[in-house]
Amino acid sequence: MLAHEFMRNALLAGTFVGLACGLVGYFVVLRAQVFAGDALSHVAFTGALAAAILGIDIVAGVFAATIAGGVALGLLGERARADDVTIGSLFAWSLGLGVLFLSIFVREKSAGNGTAGVRVLFGSIFGLSASGARHAVLVGILASALLLAIARPLLFASLDGDVAAARGVPVAGLGIVFLVLLGVVAAEATQAVGALLLLGLIAAPAGAAHRLTASPYRGLVLSALLAIGAVWLGLVTSYLVPALPPSSAIVGAAVGVYGLALALTAASGARRRYCS
Amino acid sequence: MPEAAVFQGLSWNPLTDLADLFSYAFMVNALEAGTIAAVMAGATGWFMVLRRQTFAAHTLSLIAFPGAAAATLAGFPLAAGYFAFCAFGALALGGIAGSRRSLSDESAAIGSLQALALALGFLFVSLYHGLLTGLDSILFGTFLGITSRQVLVLLVVAVVTLVLLALVARPLFFSSVDEDVARASGVPTRLLGIGFLLVLGLSVAETSQITGALLVFALLVTPAATARELTLRPWLGIVLSVVFALVVTWLGLALAYFSIYPVGFYVTSLSFGLYILVRLATAVARRSATAPLAIENA
Repeated sequence: MLAHEFMRNALLAGTFVGLACGLVGYFVVLRAQVFAGDALSHVAFTGALAAAILGIDIVAGVFAATIAGGVALGLLGERARADDVTIGSLFAWSLGLGVLFLSIFVREKSAGNGTAGVRVLFGSIFGLSASGARHAVLVGILASALLLAIARPLLFASLDGDVAAARGVPVAGLGIVFLVLLGVVAAEATQAVGALLLLGLIAAPAGAAHRLTASPYRGLVLSALLAIGAVWLGLVTSYLVPALPPSSAIVGAAVGVYGLALALTAASGARRRYCS
Repeated sequence: MPEAAVFQGLSWNPLTDLADLFSYAFMVNALEAGTIAAVMAGATGWFMVLRRQTFAAHTLSLIAFPGAAAATLAGFPLAAGYFAFCAFGALALGGIAGSRRSLSDESAAIGSLQALALALGFLFVSLYHGLLTGLDSILFGTFLGITSRQVLVLLVVAVVTLVLLALVARPLFFSSVDEDVARASGVPTRLLGIGFLLVLGLSVAETSQITGALLVFALLVTPAATARELTLRPWLGIVLSVVFALVVTWLGLALAYFSIYPVGFYVTSLSFGLYILVRLATAVARRSATAPLAIENA
């Protein structure tokens, strides 16, 4: 299996995509911002197709769009408490723009070939080149390092924003930095599992970690490990069963882990209630 | 049917253009289906915004995608797949809302459900090999080739759903505004919550047949949000929301007919443009109101 170069690239890139998704995801779930992740994943699609029309690098387009989206969400959240409805309206429209770009792209650039849109939406990790994999590793390490650097104050701000603000933690600034970081990770994950499925890699392992442990640092590590494990499991399964697309397998594994965690905690909770 | 064969170019007389629009059976079907879907989306969307269930609703609307893909794969009519999956998704979301421990726990569960649905959808699509053109219309909608039989199904489901919604409208409103008080005074809030998600699921299943699974959400959330900007009164709000949804759907369909760009783009852009306009207008109106009033409102 490892003799194939595409498999090595996929495993290498997938490991660091999983690492970044697991770490960021832990905070996304803690801050109940999964919906923001959902919004950014849709923005990624629009960015990719805009780049495709302009003829620039698709990966660059995705990064530009999600980082801009993260800043916009952060600013909206700071000013006048942007609620779900504002976020929803905004990204519903961005998706509409994406559809427009898709139709322009299909019409002008490659008549009768709609695969670009599908690739962006559902990812193509087996098609990753060696240099693409190196980029993914680099971005994954950078994003993880940055997140760990702000982990302590971010944790404080997420758990109790008011007290943190009173202690002098720049809560609003941290919120924006975090959303930008989420944008970077979303763009990174788009290459692996696609814009539509990246939410699974962000929400499911982190949700499982939150269920399994209340300790934040153990949770962070667990979330990253579960995400990496899901990527590996998905890649290997998809290699062995060619009919199974890798992104479906990865997200399926992640959600499976989450389901397992739910079942475990539900069972132990029931036992505790029964004993007491 | 390629759009180019339909598009004949605009004449200088808007009336002949309009007559032209209605001269094709498929366009009349599309307008009828769009009207039905818009009424459903406008009405259920208003309650969704009131109940702050945007994330759940967005997930529900994406569940339409594996529904359609599974139906295509199994050779069932598309509508059956939409309705079955959306109803199942509504029950799952109801279960999540019922067993949640905290807000973050709930959002992780909804996100995982959404990802699972999309992963399944992609799996079904790749198992079905003749995929690409079909995938585009499942995700982004098409107004071509809607049959009058489909319109009839849409109509029946819409009438049933709207009657159900009207019957529970008062207690639903009560429990959406203040769940605890409603429960204390004997309203079955849990049951209402699941029932509402089912209604929302039916509405999504209907609408996604026109707008595609990715764009349903625009028709659910944006007209309702616009209406909520203008008034907090329930009945007026619902009516406004339906009217906005109708206007953007009709205009979007007409624009898509006369141009080469997809209907989903027009519907989302028109509704978002309307939302921004209304927000700007209300902001200006609020600012020009007298200062003491502004303090009172805050």
